[in-house]
Amino acid sequence: MTDVVVECRDLTKQYGAFTAVDHLNLKVHKGEIFGLLGPNGAGKTTTILMLLGLTEPTSGDVRVLGLDPARQPLSVKARVGYLPDQVGFYDNLTARENLTYIAKLNGIRDPEMSQRITQALDQVGLSSVADRRVKTFSRGMRQRLGVAEILIKQPQLIIMDEPTLALDPEAVREFLELIRQLKASGITILLSSHLLQQVQAVCDRVGLFHKGRMVLEGTVSELAQRVLGGAYRIHVEAEGGDAVTVALRQLPDVVKVSQNGTRTYHVEARADLRAEIARKVIDVGGKLLGLSIDTPSLDEVYARYFQKGAAYATSA
Amino acid sequence: MQRARSIATARQREGSPWTGLWAVVAKEMADYLTSARMMILEALILLTAFGTVYAASQNLRAGVSNSDDFLFLRLFTTAREPLPAFVGFLGLLVPLLAIALAFDSVNGEFNQRTLSKVLAQPIYRDALLLGKFLAGLGTLAMALTAIWLLIIGMGLLQLGVPPSGEETTRLLWFLLITIFYGGIWLALAMLFSIIFRQPATAALAAIAVWLFFTVFWGIIASLLARTLQPAPTGDNQALINQIQLELMLTRISPNTLFSEVALAMLNPAVRALGIVLPIQLHNAIPGTPLPASQSILLTWPHATGLIAATIVLFAIGYILFQRQEVRA
Repeated sequence: MTDVVVECRDLTKQYGAFTAVDHLNLKVHKGEIFGLLGPNGAGKTTTILMLLGLTEPTSGDVRVLGLDPARQPLSVKARVGYLPDQVGFYDNLTARENLTYIAKLNGIRDPEMSQRITQALDQVGLSSVADRRVKTFSRGMRQRLGVAEILIKQPQLIIMDEPTLALDPEAVREFLELIRQLKASGITILLSSHLLQQVQAVCDRVGLFHKGRMVLEGTVSELAQRVLGGAYRIHVEAEGGDAVTVALRQLPDVVKVSQNGTRTYHVEARADLRAEIARKVIDVGGKLLGLSIDTPSLDEVYARYFQKGAAYATSA
Repeated sequence: MQRARSIATARQREGSPWTGLWAVVAKEMADYLTSARMMILEALILLTAFGTVYAASQNLRAGVSNSDDFLFLRLFTTAREPLPAFVGFLGLLVPLLAIALAFDSVNGEFNQRTLSKVLAQPIYRDALLLGKFLAGLGTLAMALTAIWLLIIGMGLLQLGVPPSGEETTRLLWFLLITIFYGGIWLALAMLFSIIFRQPATAALAAIAVWLFFTVFWGIIASLLARTLQPAPTGDNQALINQIQLELMLTRISPNTLFSEVALAMLNPAVRALGIVLPIQLHNAIPGTPLPASQSILLTWPHATGLIAATIVLFAIGYILFQRQEVRA
């Protein structure tokens, strides 16, 4: 098997006149965490359903683990774990009974089954509540039980749809930690989200969706480079008045300098100029009190991208 | 359409559509058998069974001559005021039980958000839907068989005679028909649970259909027969045609089919369903019982009709379910 786990070529899905996914090209490599990001209705869920063979593409080609989900859905679904957004459970059954049903649907039999179930419950930290009814579970616990359901089939690829939606910050942190553990055990993960900040931390690469097209793809810093024009935002705290502003403006690669209050300056630059700024401030006789740089956030990339709008559509 | 057809011919699905079927059946059946609504309905049926059968056996012990060959059949059909006979209750309770089993079978999964998860397992939709249906039918069959056995047990205690082979054959055939009579309502409720997103809407729709056939269809059928096949006074042939048309129309209703089967199977003296002309009774000895095999033959079309209707309703639901989008 090749290194490519998921591959889409010119994948298109139309619902009547509405195009949900428009000539999507996507490659996800083995062992990475790939984030499908974009607002609601951008085509993320439709893409996921096509990857699982739950919806047939209108045109284009999909390969998941080298298989065609439309033609070999059983093989694909046996190897791929899917966590839908706000995953549901049979509330009157216990956690263990829910897992048992999923295991049986996957054709896993005892004694293998009970062993895998115990293991999965351990891994997501739900062993102590295994025999409690799911209706008593909190959202965070349900989400982890959802992961346990995936783990019992020992998948090669996990697809999660909005996994952190409606979780409280602590639960999100725990959940992202769980995702990192899964990656460490060699599983490829594809997750979709519109909560950019949360998934930024775990994704190796991301693809930004907009109106059924993937408009940007790459690592977070690559995207920042491209969309923010290599913008680095540096905060300088210094004493020295206007002389500092003038001096900073003379530095190469500086785009904009603005003074905020008497001692705070914001510098927008095309490179990380912290060292140069420090030297310059001291050279013009200022007192350097503090220096910090904003790490580019996906939120910013996204907001900026859509401010600029269609200009990027051709470059993407 | 064109596209769907070309895909269907060009691509062969891998594996059996029944993969995972028994896992679904086992889980659904366990759900049904432990659910509160099933217990309530079973208690209700048991109560009516005990009440009516006890009343019937008291009646039988008191009045009927010992020469009656079909005491066990009388347990089902003897009524004592103010209670109607057990078969009368069955006609009402079996649809109710079947509708209660299935009205939220598909939309319930959808609303619980378990549907997309289950379909993401290596099974086809076929297995899920058929599994749910078989589990419902199995539950129905189990409940009805248990009630049959209980009634026969009570009969043994109360009457002190064992049922004859003839009676057993008749009761078994009647049990089978009753199960498929329930199957129709099960398939109908399941169909509505696929069409409607809200379980309450699906339940109401199924009950509306049931009420329509129970209360209104008889009236409508006779009105239709009178308008379509008017019978002027004195024209006997036209009158016969009219009655036969009406009979045909009422037989569209599963309730009619079921009550006719009940009549023929539990009352061996019944030799024809529908109108009998005096000339056809020539040389017949009135009141003599038919052998069980002849009664089965008499109700064979009814059985075929009930089973066919069950399959057709299930097939419609199946097609709709296959075409449904799983996304919420």
